Amino acid sequence: MVASSAAPVVVAEELTRTFGDLTAVDRLTFAVPRDQVFGLIGPNGAGKTTTIKMLTTLLHPSDGHARVAGYDIAKEPGEVRRRIGYVPQLISADAQVTGYENLWVVGGLYGIPRAERGPRIREALELLGLAAFGDELVRNYSGGMIRRLEIASALLHRPEVLFLDEPTVGLDPVAREAVWEQIDLLKRRFGTAIVLTTHYMEEADRLCERVGVMHQGKFVAVGSPAELKAGLGQPGATLQDVFRRYAGEEVELSGAYREAGRTRRVAARLE
Amino acid sequence: MSPPASSESRLVAPLARTGSGEIAEVVGQVATIVGYEARKLRHDPTELLLRAIQPALWLVVFGSAFTAIHAIPTGALTYLQFLTPGILAQSVLFIAIFYGIASIRERELGIIIKFLVSPARRAILVGGRALSASLRGLSQAVVVLLLATALSVHLRITVPSVAGVIVAVILGSALFSTLSMVIASLVRTQERFLGIGQLLTMPLFFASNAIYPITIMPRWLRPFAYANPLTYLVDALRNLTTPQGTVLFPLWVDLTVLLGVTLGLILLCAGLYPRMAQ
Ligand SMILES: Nc1ncnc2c1ncn2[C@@H]1O[C@H](COP(=O)(O)OP(=O)(O)OP(=O)(O)O)[C@@H](O)[C@H]1O
Ligand SMILES: [Mg+2]
Repeated sequence: MVASSAAPVVVAEELTRTFGDLTAVDRLTFAVPRDQVFGLIGPNGAGKTTTIKMLTTLLHPSDGHARVAGYDIAKEPGEVRRRIGYVPQLISADAQVTGYENLWVVGGLYGIPRAERGPRIREALELLGLAAFGDELVRNYSGGMIRRLEIASALLHRPEVLFLDEPTVGLDPVAREAVWEQIDLLKRRFGTAIVLTTHYMEEADRLCERVGVMHQGKFVAVGSPAELKAGLGQPGATLQDVFRRYAGEEVELSGAYREAGRTRRVAARLE
Repeated sequence: MSPPASSESRLVAPLARTGSGEIAEVVGQVATIVGYEARKLRHDPTELLLRAIQPALWLVVFGSAFTAIHAIPTGALTYLQFLTPGILAQSVLFIAIFYGIASIRERELGIIIKFLVSPARRAILVGGRALSASLRGLSQAVVVLLLATALSVHLRITVPSVAGVIVAVILGSALFSTLSMVIASLVRTQERFLGIGQLLTMPLFFASNAIYPITIMPRWLRPFAYANPLTYLVDALRNLTTPQGTVLFPLWVDLTVLLGVTLGLILLCAGLYPRMAQ
Protein backbone atom coordinates (compact mmCIF):
# COMPACT_ATOMS: atom_id res chain seq x y z
CA MET A 1 0.00 0.00 0.00
CA VAL A 2 1.64 3.22 -1.15
CA ALA A 3 -0.28 6.19 0.12
CA SER A 4 0.41 9.36 -1.73
CA SER A 5 1.84 11.70 0.84
CA ALA A 6 -0.79 14.29 -0.07
CA ALA A 7 -3.70 12.02 0.87
CA PRO A 8 -4.88 12.95 4.34
CA VAL A 9 -4.85 10.19 6.97
CA VAL A 10 -7.41 11.89 9.17
CA VAL A 11 -10.53 13.27 7.55
CA ALA A 12 -13.38 14.54 9.67
CA GLU A 13 -16.59 15.73 8.06
CA GLU A 14 -19.22 17.53 10.06
CA LEU A 15 -18.22 15.48 13.09
CA THR A 16 -20.69 16.09 15.90
CA ARG A 17 -21.30 14.81 19.40
CA THR A 18 -24.07 15.76 21.76
CA PHE A 19 -24.54 14.89 25.42
CA GLY A 20 -28.22 15.48 26.13
CA ASP A 21 -28.82 19.14 25.30
CA LEU A 22 -25.14 19.98 25.12
CA THR A 23 -23.43 19.94 21.74
CA ALA A 24 -19.87 19.21 22.81
CA VAL A 25 -18.53 18.95 19.26
CA ASP A 26 -20.40 20.85 16.59
CA ARG A 27 -19.91 19.92 12.91
CA LEU A 28 -16.11 19.85 12.82
CA THR A 29 -14.52 19.42 9.42
CA PHE A 30 -10.78 19.07 9.01
CA ALA A 31 -8.06 16.92 7.46
CA VAL A 32 -4.54 15.99 8.50
CA PRO A 33 -1.97 14.69 6.00
CA ARG A 34 0.96 12.41 6.81
CA ASP A 35 4.05 14.05 8.32
CA GLN A 36 1.99 16.78 9.89
CA VAL A 37 0.96 17.84 13.36
CA PHE A 38 -2.53 19.23 13.77
CA GLY A 39 -3.20 21.05 17.03
CA LEU A 40 -6.57 21.51 18.72
CA ILE A 41 -6.60 24.44 21.11
CA GLY A 42 -9.42 26.06 22.99
CA PRO A 43 -10.64 26.71 26.53
CA ASN A 44 -11.73 23.99 28.96
CA GLY A 45 -14.86 22.30 27.73
CA ALA A 46 -14.34 23.43 24.13
CA GLY A 47 -14.69 19.82 22.95
CA LYS A 48 -11.08 18.85 22.23
CA THR A 49 -11.08 15.59 24.19
CA THR A 50 -14.51 14.65 22.88
CA THR A 51 -13.22 15.11 19.32
CA ILE A 52 -10.23 12.88 20.02
CA LYS A 53 -12.38 10.24 21.70
CA MET A 54 -14.52 10.03 18.59
CA LEU A 55 -11.51 9.76 16.29
CA THR A 56 -10.04 7.01 18.48
CA THR A 57 -13.37 5.10 18.33
CA LEU A 58 -14.02 5.40 22.07
CA LEU A 59 -17.12 7.50 21.56
CA HIS A 60 -19.72 7.24 18.78
CA PRO A 61 -20.32 10.41 16.81
CA SER A 62 -23.89 11.68 17.06
CA ASP A 63 -23.62 12.93 13.49
CA GLY A 64 -21.13 13.34 10.67
CA HIS A 65 -18.32 10.95 9.95
CA ALA A 66 -14.60 10.55 9.89
CA ARG A 67 -11.96 8.33 8.33
CA VAL A 68 -8.73 7.59 10.11
CA ALA A 69 -5.88 5.80 8.33
CA GLY A 70 -8.30 5.02 5.53
CA TYR A 71 -11.09 3.46 7.61
CA ASP A 72 -14.43 4.77 8.75
CA ILE A 73 -14.41 5.25 12.53
CA ALA A 74 -18.01 4.09 12.94
CA LYS A 75 -18.05 1.21 10.46
CA GLU A 76 -14.60 -0.30 10.95
CA PRO A 77 -13.43 0.72 14.41
CA GLY A 78 -11.21 -2.38 14.73
CA GLU A 79 -9.20 -1.47 11.63
CA VAL A 80 -8.86 2.10 12.87
CA ARG A 81 -7.63 0.94 16.29
CA ARG A 82 -4.96 -1.20 14.69
CA ARG A 83 -3.46 1.87 13.04
CA ILE A 84 -3.60 4.54 15.71
CA GLY A 85 -1.83 5.34 18.94
CA TYR A 86 -3.53 7.30 21.70
CA VAL A 87 -2.19 9.08 24.75
CA PRO A 88 -5.27 10.11 26.75
CA GLN A 89 -5.59 13.34 28.70
CA LEU A 90 -5.57 11.47 31.99
CA ILE A 91 -2.87 8.99 32.89
CA SER A 92 -3.50 5.49 31.60
CA ALA A 93 -0.36 3.66 32.68
CA ASP A 94 -0.81 1.06 35.40
CA ALA A 95 1.15 2.06 38.52
CA GLN A 96 1.02 -1.45 39.98
CA VAL A 97 3.35 -3.00 37.44
CA THR A 98 6.66 -2.01 35.85
CA GLY A 99 7.10 0.18 32.79
CA TYR A 100 8.19 -2.83 30.77
CA GLU A 101 5.13 -4.80 31.85
CA ASN A 102 2.85 -1.92 30.89
CA LEU A 103 4.27 -2.03 27.38
CA TRP A 104 4.21 -5.83 27.29
CA VAL A 105 0.45 -5.89 27.72
CA VAL A 106 -0.15 -3.24 25.12
CA GLY A 107 2.13 -5.07 22.68
CA GLY A 108 0.20 -8.28 23.30
CA LEU A 109 -3.16 -6.63 22.67
CA TYR A 110 -1.85 -5.36 19.35
CA GLY A 111 -0.79 -8.87 18.43
CA ILE A 112 2.94 -8.16 18.32
CA PRO A 113 4.52 -11.64 18.44
CA ARG A 114 6.50 -12.41 21.60
CA ALA A 115 9.83 -12.68 19.78
CA GLU A 116 9.43 -9.20 18.37
CA ARG A 117 7.75 -7.63 21.36
CA GLY A 118 10.77 -7.51 23.67
CA PRO A 119 13.07 -5.75 21.18
CA ARG A 120 10.33 -3.30 20.19
CA ILE A 121 9.63 -2.45 23.81
CA ARG A 122 13.31 -1.90 24.54
CA GLU A 123 13.58 0.31 21.52
CA ALA A 124 10.52 2.37 22.44
CA LEU A 125 11.87 2.80 25.99
CA GLU A 126 15.21 3.85 24.54
CA LEU A 127 13.57 6.35 22.21
CA LEU A 128 11.78 8.03 25.10
CA GLY A 129 14.80 7.98 27.38
CA LEU A 130 13.38 5.37 29.74
CA ALA A 131 15.74 2.48 29.00
CA ALA A 132 17.17 2.50 32.52
CA PHE A 133 13.75 2.45 34.20
CA GLY A 134 11.94 -0.36 32.41
CA ASP A 135 12.01 -2.69 35.42
CA GLU A 136 10.96 -0.03 37.90
CA LEU A 137 7.34 -0.03 39.15
CA VAL A 138 5.46 2.85 37.48
CA ARG A 139 4.35 3.90 40.97
CA ASN A 140 7.92 5.19 41.41
CA TYR A 141 8.00 7.16 38.14
CA SER A 142 7.78 10.95 38.02
CA GLY A 143 4.92 12.57 36.11
CA GLY A 144 7.19 13.28 33.16
CA MET A 145 8.41 9.70 33.02
CA ILE A 146 4.82 8.42 33.01
CA ARG A 147 3.92 10.71 30.15
CA ARG A 148 6.91 9.46 28.19
CA LEU A 149 6.01 5.85 29.01
CA GLU A 150 2.55 6.45 27.61
CA ILE A 151 3.95 7.86 24.43
CA ALA A 152 6.27 4.85 24.17
CA SER A 153 3.25 2.62 24.63
CA ALA A 154 1.36 4.38 21.85
CA LEU A 155 4.29 3.81 19.48
CA LEU A 156 4.86 0.08 19.85
CA HIS A 157 2.82 -0.90 16.83
CA ARG A 158 4.12 2.00 14.71
CA PRO A 159 0.79 3.77 14.31
CA GLU A 160 0.03 5.80 11.23
CA VAL A 161 -1.74 8.39 13.34
CA LEU A 162 -0.94 9.41 16.89
CA PHE A 163 -3.48 11.19 19.08
CA LEU A 164 -1.98 13.08 22.01
CA ASP A 165 -4.41 14.72 24.45
CA GLU A 166 -2.41 17.33 26.38
CA PRO A 167 0.84 15.36 26.13
CA THR A 168 2.90 17.76 28.25
CA VAL A 169 0.48 18.74 30.99
CA GLY A 170 2.26 18.98 34.32
CA LEU A 171 5.74 18.44 32.87
CA ASP A 172 8.77 20.50 33.84
CA PRO A 173 10.43 22.49 31.04
CA VAL A 174 13.13 19.88 30.44
CA ALA A 175 10.68 17.00 30.18
CA ARG A 176 8.42 19.10 27.97
CA GLU A 177 11.32 19.85 25.63
CA ALA A 178 12.10 16.11 25.52
CA VAL A 179 8.54 15.27 24.52
CA TRP A 180 8.60 17.97 21.84
CA GLU A 181 11.74 16.50 20.37
CA GLN A 182 10.13 13.05 20.27
CA ILE A 183 7.11 14.42 18.46
CA ASP A 184 9.35 16.07 15.85
CA LEU A 185 11.30 12.86 15.49
CA LEU A 186 8.20 10.74 14.97
CA LYS A 187 6.94 13.03 12.32
CA ARG A 188 10.25 13.18 10.46
CA ARG A 189 11.43 9.63 10.88
CA PHE A 190 8.19 7.67 10.73
CA GLY A 191 5.96 10.03 8.77
CA THR A 192 3.40 9.76 11.57
CA ALA A 193 0.48 12.14 11.42
CA ILE A 194 -0.19 13.63 14.84
CA VAL A 195 -3.30 15.21 16.31
CA LEU A 196 -2.66 16.87 19.64
CA THR A 197 -4.44 19.15 22.06
CA THR A 198 -2.73 21.63 24.30
CA HIS A 199 -3.27 24.61 26.55
CA TYR A 200 0.29 25.81 26.00
CA MET A 201 0.37 28.25 23.12
CA GLU A 202 4.14 28.09 22.68
CA GLU A 203 3.73 24.32 22.31
CA ALA A 204 1.16 24.69 19.55
CA ASP A 205 3.37 27.29 17.90
CA ARG A 206 6.48 25.11 18.08
CA LEU A 207 4.94 21.80 16.98
CA CYS A 208 1.93 22.27 14.75
CA GLU A 209 1.75 22.74 11.01
CA ARG A 210 -1.88 23.65 11.48
CA VAL A 211 -3.97 24.66 14.45
CA GLY A 212 -7.73 24.62 14.95
CA VAL A 213 -9.06 26.99 17.60
CA MET A 214 -12.16 25.46 19.19
CA HIS A 215 -14.82 27.25 21.15
CA GLN A 216 -18.05 25.62 22.31
CA GLY A 217 -17.56 22.69 19.98
CA LYS A 218 -16.90 24.71 16.84
CA PHE A 219 -13.80 25.83 15.01
CA VAL A 220 -13.56 29.58 15.28
CA ALA A 221 -10.28 29.71 13.35
CA VAL A 222 -8.12 27.20 11.51
CA GLY A 223 -4.73 27.73 9.91
CA SER A 224 -1.00 27.59 10.36
CA PRO A 225 0.28 29.43 13.43
CA ALA A 226 1.75 32.08 11.11
CA GLU A 227 -1.56 32.56 9.29
CA LEU A 228 -3.50 32.80 12.51
CA LYS A 229 -1.13 35.39 13.92
CA ALA A 230 -1.11 37.37 10.69
CA GLY A 231 -4.89 37.23 10.66
CA LEU A 232 -5.03 39.40 13.80
CA GLY A 233 -3.48 42.25 11.85
CA GLN A 234 -1.31 43.42 14.75
CA PRO A 235 2.46 43.28 14.41
CA GLY A 236 4.20 40.94 16.83
CA ALA A 237 1.02 39.06 17.68
CA THR A 238 1.54 35.71 19.42
CA LEU A 239 -0.61 32.60 19.38
CA GLN A 240 -1.62 33.62 22.88
CA ASP A 241 -3.19 36.74 21.35
CA VAL A 242 -4.99 34.56 18.80
CA PHE A 243 -6.36 32.42 21.62
CA ARG A 244 -7.54 35.48 23.57
CA ARG A 245 -9.19 36.94 20.54
CA TYR A 246 -11.18 33.85 19.65
CA ALA A 247 -11.73 32.14 22.95
CA GLY A 248 -12.11 35.00 25.39
CA GLU A 249 -10.10 36.15 28.36
CA GLU A 250 -11.79 34.32 31.20
CA VAL A 251 -10.25 31.04 30.18
CA GLU A 252 -6.79 31.44 31.61
CA LEU A 253 -8.09 31.51 35.18
CA SER A 254 -10.31 28.47 34.82
CA GLY A 255 -7.47 26.71 33.07
CA ALA A 256 -5.17 27.22 36.03
CA TYR A 257 -7.83 25.86 38.37
CA ARG A 258 -8.42 22.73 36.31
CA GLU A 259 -4.75 22.17 36.02
CA ALA A 260 -4.29 22.23 39.80
CA GLY A 261 -7.01 19.62 40.18
CA ARG A 262 -5.41 17.47 37.56
CA THR A 263 -1.99 17.66 39.15
CA ARG A 264 -3.46 16.61 42.48
CA ARG A 265 -5.07 13.67 40.79
CA VAL A 266 -1.79 12.63 39.28
CA ALA A 267 -0.13 12.90 42.66
CA ALA A 268 -2.85 10.78 44.28
CA ARG A 269 -2.47 8.20 41.55
CA LEU A 270 1.17 7.71 42.25
CA GLU A 271 0.90 6.94 45.93
CA MET B 1 4.20 2.04 3.94
CA SER B 2 6.10 4.56 1.93
CA PRO B 3 8.47 6.44 4.27
CA PRO B 4 12.12 5.72 3.58
CA ALA B 5 12.66 4.60 7.13
CA SER B 6 16.09 4.61 8.67
CA SER B 7 17.07 1.02 9.04
CA GLU B 8 18.36 1.19 12.60
CA SER B 9 14.89 1.15 14.06
CA ARG B 10 12.56 -1.78 14.49
CA LEU B 11 9.76 0.56 15.36
CA VAL B 12 9.91 1.77 11.80
CA ALA B 13 8.62 -1.52 10.52
CA PRO B 14 4.86 -1.35 10.55
CA LEU B 15 3.30 -4.33 12.15
CA ALA B 16 2.69 -7.00 9.58
CA ARG B 17 -0.50 -8.91 10.17
CA THR B 18 0.93 -12.30 10.81
CA GLY B 19 -0.14 -15.09 8.53
CA SER B 20 -1.01 -17.25 11.50
CA GLY B 21 -4.45 -15.71 11.39
CA GLU B 22 -7.12 -14.49 13.69
CA ILE B 23 -7.30 -17.44 16.05
CA ALA B 24 -3.61 -17.16 16.92
CA GLU B 25 -4.07 -13.45 17.49
CA VAL B 26 -7.04 -13.98 19.78
CA VAL B 27 -5.20 -16.65 21.77
CA GLY B 28 -2.24 -14.28 22.08
CA GLN B 29 -4.47 -11.49 23.33
CA VAL B 30 -6.15 -13.68 25.92
CA ALA B 31 -2.76 -15.01 27.05
CA THR B 32 -1.52 -11.43 27.39
CA ILE B 33 -4.44 -10.40 29.58
CA VAL B 34 -4.12 -13.46 31.82
CA GLY B 35 -0.34 -13.01 32.04
CA TYR B 36 -0.88 -9.38 33.04
CA GLU B 37 -3.14 -10.41 35.91
CA ALA B 38 -0.61 -13.01 37.00
CA ARG B 39 2.10 -10.35 37.15
CA LYS B 40 -0.09 -8.10 39.24
CA LEU B 41 -0.81 -10.90 41.68
CA ARG B 42 2.89 -11.60 41.88
CA HIS B 43 3.65 -7.96 42.68
CA ASP B 44 1.03 -7.95 45.43
CA PRO B 45 -0.13 -11.37 46.68
CA THR B 46 -1.62 -10.10 49.99
CA GLU B 47 -5.19 -10.34 48.74
CA LEU B 48 -4.82 -14.03 48.01
CA LEU B 49 -3.39 -14.75 51.43
CA LEU B 50 -6.15 -12.82 53.22
CA ARG B 51 -8.78 -14.60 51.15
CA ALA B 52 -7.64 -17.95 52.53
CA ILE B 53 -8.88 -17.07 56.03
CA GLN B 54 -12.59 -17.17 55.33
CA PRO B 55 -12.86 -20.71 53.93
CA ALA B 56 -10.64 -21.89 56.77
CA LEU B 57 -13.10 -20.49 59.32
CA TRP B 58 -16.08 -22.04 57.54
CA LEU B 59 -14.53 -25.47 57.36
CA VAL B 60 -12.89 -25.57 60.76
CA VAL B 61 -15.50 -23.83 62.90
CA PHE B 62 -18.83 -24.15 61.12
CA GLY B 63 -18.06 -27.48 59.45
CA SER B 64 -16.76 -29.21 62.54
CA ALA B 65 -19.61 -27.96 64.74
CA PHE B 66 -22.32 -29.05 62.32
CA THR B 67 -20.65 -32.39 61.75
CA ALA B 68 -20.75 -33.00 65.47
CA ILE B 69 -24.44 -32.20 65.95
CA HIS B 70 -25.70 -34.00 62.80
CA ALA B 71 -28.19 -31.18 62.21
CA ILE B 72 -28.19 -31.34 58.43
CA PRO B 73 -29.20 -34.48 56.52
CA THR B 74 -26.52 -35.19 53.94
CA GLY B 75 -27.27 -38.81 53.08
CA ALA B 76 -24.27 -41.06 52.86
CA LEU B 77 -21.81 -38.17 53.21
CA THR B 78 -20.41 -36.75 56.41
CA TYR B 79 -21.29 -33.10 56.79
CA LEU B 80 -17.67 -32.04 56.12
CA GLN B 81 -17.64 -34.09 52.92
CA PHE B 82 -20.84 -32.39 51.87
CA LEU B 83 -19.64 -28.95 52.93
CA THR B 84 -16.15 -28.87 51.38
CA PRO B 85 -17.28 -28.49 47.74
CA GLY B 86 -19.83 -25.93 48.93
CA ILE B 87 -17.18 -23.85 50.66
CA LEU B 88 -14.91 -24.10 47.64
CA ALA B 89 -17.74 -22.78 45.44
CA GLN B 90 -18.47 -20.08 47.99
CA SER B 91 -14.85 -18.88 48.01
CA VAL B 92 -14.90 -18.80 44.23
CA LEU B 93 -18.10 -16.73 44.35
CA PHE B 94 -16.81 -14.31 46.99
CA ILE B 95 -13.51 -13.66 45.28
CA ALA B 96 -15.08 -13.29 41.81
CA ILE B 97 -18.13 -11.22 42.64
CA PHE B 98 -16.00 -8.22 43.63
CA TYR B 99 -13.71 -8.56 40.63
CA GLY B 100 -15.65 -5.79 38.83
CA ILE B 101 -14.24 -3.32 41.31
CA ALA B 102 -10.96 -3.75 39.45
CA SER B 103 -12.58 -2.52 36.23
CA ILE B 104 -14.09 0.44 38.07
CA ARG B 105 -10.67 1.24 39.51
CA GLU B 106 -9.16 0.87 36.06
CA ARG B 107 -11.79 3.18 34.70
CA GLU B 108 -11.05 5.79 37.35
CA LEU B 109 -7.32 5.45 36.76
CA GLY B 110 -7.72 5.57 32.99
CA ILE B 111 -6.06 2.18 32.58
CA ILE B 112 -9.12 0.77 30.85
CA ILE B 113 -8.63 3.20 27.94
CA LYS B 114 -5.48 1.34 27.01
CA PHE B 115 -7.53 -1.85 26.59
CA LEU B 116 -10.46 -0.24 24.81
CA VAL B 117 -8.34 1.59 22.25
CA SER B 118 -6.49 -1.59 21.29
CA PRO B 119 -7.64 -3.72 18.37
CA ALA B 120 -8.67 -6.58 20.68
CA ARG B 121 -12.37 -7.33 20.37
CA ARG B 122 -14.52 -6.37 23.33
CA ALA B 123 -15.59 -9.97 23.94
CA ILE B 124 -11.90 -10.95 24.05
CA LEU B 125 -11.16 -8.22 26.58
CA VAL B 126 -14.01 -9.38 28.79
CA GLY B 127 -13.31 -13.08 28.28
CA GLY B 128 -9.63 -12.51 29.04
CA ARG B 129 -10.50 -10.68 32.25
CA ALA B 130 -12.89 -13.48 33.17
CA LEU B 131 -10.14 -16.06 32.70
CA SER B 132 -7.77 -13.89 34.73
CA ALA B 133 -10.24 -13.96 37.58
CA SER B 134 -9.90 -17.74 37.49
CA LEU B 135 -6.34 -17.45 38.71
CA ARG B 136 -7.72 -16.15 41.99
CA GLY B 137 -10.41 -18.82 42.05
CA LEU B 138 -7.82 -21.55 41.51
CA SER B 139 -5.74 -20.26 44.39
CA GLN B 140 -8.84 -20.74 46.55
CA ALA B 141 -9.23 -24.28 45.27
CA VAL B 142 -5.71 -25.09 46.40
CA VAL B 143 -6.38 -23.61 49.84
CA VAL B 144 -9.70 -25.41 50.35
CA LEU B 145 -8.40 -28.78 49.17
CA LEU B 146 -5.33 -28.50 51.41
CA LEU B 147 -7.52 -27.56 54.37
CA ALA B 148 -9.81 -30.49 53.68
CA THR B 149 -6.82 -32.80 53.59
CA ALA B 150 -5.56 -31.36 56.86
CA LEU B 151 -8.98 -31.98 58.42
CA SER B 152 -8.84 -35.50 56.92
CA VAL B 153 -12.08 -35.04 55.02
CA HIS B 154 -12.43 -38.06 52.81
CA LEU B 155 -12.65 -36.73 49.22
CA ARG B 156 -12.12 -38.32 45.85
CA ILE B 157 -8.77 -36.90 44.72
CA THR B 158 -7.73 -38.49 41.43
CA VAL B 159 -6.15 -37.02 38.33
CA PRO B 160 -9.47 -36.79 36.45
CA SER B 161 -11.31 -35.38 39.46
CA VAL B 162 -8.67 -32.69 40.05
CA ALA B 163 -8.70 -31.82 36.33
CA GLY B 164 -12.49 -31.56 36.59
CA VAL B 165 -12.25 -29.32 39.65
CA ILE B 166 -9.88 -27.02 37.75
CA VAL B 167 -12.34 -26.77 34.85
CA ALA B 168 -15.32 -26.17 37.15
CA VAL B 169 -13.47 -23.53 39.18
CA ILE B 170 -12.35 -21.73 36.01
CA LEU B 171 -15.95 -21.72 34.72
CA GLY B 172 -17.38 -20.61 38.06
CA SER B 173 -14.82 -17.81 38.47
CA ALA B 174 -15.39 -16.65 34.90
CA LEU B 175 -19.14 -16.67 35.40
CA PHE B 176 -19.24 -14.64 38.61
CA SER B 177 -16.46 -12.26 37.61
CA THR B 178 -18.26 -11.49 34.35
CA LEU B 179 -21.48 -10.93 36.27
CA SER B 180 -19.45 -8.58 38.44
CA MET B 181 -18.09 -6.72 35.41
CA VAL B 182 -21.61 -6.39 34.00
CA ILE B 183 -22.67 -4.71 37.24
CA ALA B 184 -19.54 -2.54 37.20
CA SER B 185 -20.25 -1.38 33.64
CA LEU B 186 -23.77 -0.43 34.67
CA VAL B 187 -23.14 1.39 37.95
CA ARG B 188 -19.62 2.70 37.25
CA THR B 189 -18.88 3.95 40.79
CA GLN B 190 -17.21 2.02 43.60
CA GLU B 191 -19.83 2.95 46.22
CA ARG B 192 -22.81 1.73 44.22
CA PHE B 193 -20.90 -1.31 43.07
CA LEU B 194 -19.98 -2.35 46.61
CA GLY B 195 -23.57 -1.87 47.71
CA ILE B 196 -24.91 -4.11 44.96
CA GLY B 197 -22.12 -6.64 45.48
CA GLN B 198 -22.98 -6.99 49.17
CA LEU B 199 -26.66 -7.19 48.34
CA LEU B 200 -26.08 -10.01 45.87
CA THR B 201 -23.59 -12.23 47.65
CA MET B 202 -25.64 -13.45 50.59
CA PRO B 203 -28.78 -14.40 48.61
CA LEU B 204 -26.63 -16.22 46.05
CA PHE B 205 -24.91 -18.08 48.84
CA PHE B 206 -27.92 -18.97 50.98
CA ALA B 207 -30.27 -19.71 48.07
CA SER B 208 -27.95 -22.47 46.94
CA ASN B 209 -27.02 -25.98 47.95
CA ALA B 210 -23.62 -24.84 49.27
CA ILE B 211 -24.12 -25.53 52.99
CA TYR B 212 -27.37 -27.50 53.08
CA PRO B 213 -29.30 -29.60 50.55
CA ILE B 214 -32.10 -27.95 48.59
CA THR B 215 -34.53 -30.47 50.04
CA ILE B 216 -34.47 -28.82 53.46
CA MET B 217 -35.25 -25.38 52.01
CA PRO B 218 -38.73 -23.90 52.27
CA ARG B 219 -40.68 -24.66 49.12
CA TRP B 220 -40.80 -21.05 47.85
CA LEU B 221 -36.99 -20.79 47.95
CA ARG B 222 -36.30 -23.87 45.84
CA PRO B 223 -36.96 -22.35 42.40
CA PHE B 224 -34.43 -19.64 43.26
CA ALA B 225 -31.89 -22.27 44.18
CA TYR B 226 -32.40 -23.99 40.85
CA ALA B 227 -32.05 -20.68 39.00
CA ASN B 228 -28.88 -19.86 40.91
CA PRO B 229 -25.65 -20.58 38.98
CA LEU B 230 -23.82 -21.21 42.27
CA THR B 231 -25.97 -24.32 42.73
CA TYR B 232 -24.54 -25.77 39.52
CA LEU B 233 -20.98 -24.97 40.54
CA VAL B 234 -21.48 -26.66 43.91
CA ASP B 235 -23.13 -29.61 42.23
CA ALA B 236 -20.30 -29.97 39.72
CA LEU B 237 -17.73 -29.92 42.52
CA ARG B 238 -19.72 -32.48 44.51
CA ASN B 239 -20.00 -34.68 41.44
CA LEU B 240 -16.25 -34.51 41.12
CA THR B 241 -14.97 -34.81 44.68
CA THR B 242 -17.45 -36.68 46.86
CA PRO B 243 -17.46 -40.46 46.85
CA GLN B 244 -21.17 -40.96 46.24
CA GLY B 245 -24.63 -39.45 46.10
CA THR B 246 -26.21 -36.15 47.10
CA VAL B 247 -25.90 -34.54 43.69
CA LEU B 248 -28.71 -32.93 41.74
CA PHE B 249 -27.61 -33.37 38.13
CA PRO B 250 -25.05 -35.30 36.11
CA LEU B 251 -21.72 -33.49 35.79
CA TRP B 252 -22.21 -32.62 32.14
CA VAL B 253 -25.43 -30.79 32.90
CA ASP B 254 -23.69 -28.70 35.57
CA LEU B 255 -20.78 -27.82 33.32
CA THR B 256 -23.02 -27.02 30.35
CA VAL B 257 -25.14 -24.67 32.44
CA LEU B 258 -22.02 -22.93 33.79
CA LEU B 259 -20.51 -22.59 30.32
CA GLY B 260 -23.73 -21.34 28.73
CA VAL B 261 -24.37 -18.71 31.39
CA THR B 262 -20.74 -17.57 31.24
CA LEU B 263 -20.78 -17.11 27.46
CA GLY B 264 -24.08 -15.24 27.65
CA LEU B 265 -22.71 -12.90 30.31
CA ILE B 266 -19.50 -12.32 28.33
CA LEU B 267 -21.51 -11.22 25.29
CA LEU B 268 -23.70 -9.00 27.43
CA CYS B 269 -20.67 -7.48 29.12
CA ALA B 270 -18.86 -6.92 25.81
CA GLY B 271 -21.78 -4.74 24.76
CA LEU B 272 -21.63 -2.73 27.99
CA TYR B 273 -17.85 -2.53 28.42
CA PRO B 274 -17.25 0.45 26.07
CA ARG B 275 -19.36 2.53 28.48
CA MET B 276 -16.34 2.42 30.72
CA ALA B 277 -14.48 4.80 28.36
CA GLN B 278 -17.11 7.53 28.57
N1 LIG C 1 -19.41 11.77 29.03
C1 LIG C 1 -19.90 13.03 29.05
N2 LIG C 1 -21.16 13.26 29.44
C2 LIG C 1 -21.67 14.51 29.45
N3 LIG C 1 -20.98 15.61 29.09
C3 LIG C 1 -19.70 15.44 28.68
C4 LIG C 1 -19.11 14.15 28.64
N4 LIG C 1 -17.83 14.29 28.20
C5 LIG C 1 -17.67 15.62 27.97
N5 LIG C 1 -18.78 16.31 28.26
C6 LIG C 1 -18.96 17.76 28.11
O1 LIG C 1 -18.60 18.10 26.80
C7 LIG C 1 -17.92 19.35 26.77
C8 LIG C 1 -16.59 19.18 26.08
O2 LIG C 1 -15.72 18.43 26.92
P1 LIG C 1 -14.24 18.03 26.49
O3 LIG C 1 -13.72 17.15 27.55
O4 LIG C 1 -14.26 17.54 25.11
O5 LIG C 1 -13.51 19.45 26.54
P2 LIG C 1 -11.97 19.76 26.38
O6 LIG C 1 -11.89 20.77 25.29
O7 LIG C 1 -11.19 18.53 26.24
O8 LIG C 1 -11.64 20.48 27.77
P3 LIG C 1 -10.30 20.46 28.65
O9 LIG C 1 -9.42 21.51 28.07
O10 LIG C 1 -10.78 20.88 30.00
O11 LIG C 1 -9.73 19.10 28.62
C9 LIG C 1 -17.82 19.80 28.21
O12 LIG C 1 -18.85 20.71 28.47
C10 LIG C 1 -18.01 18.54 29.01
O13 LIG C 1 -18.60 18.82 30.24
MG1 LIG D 1 -9.69 17.65 27.29
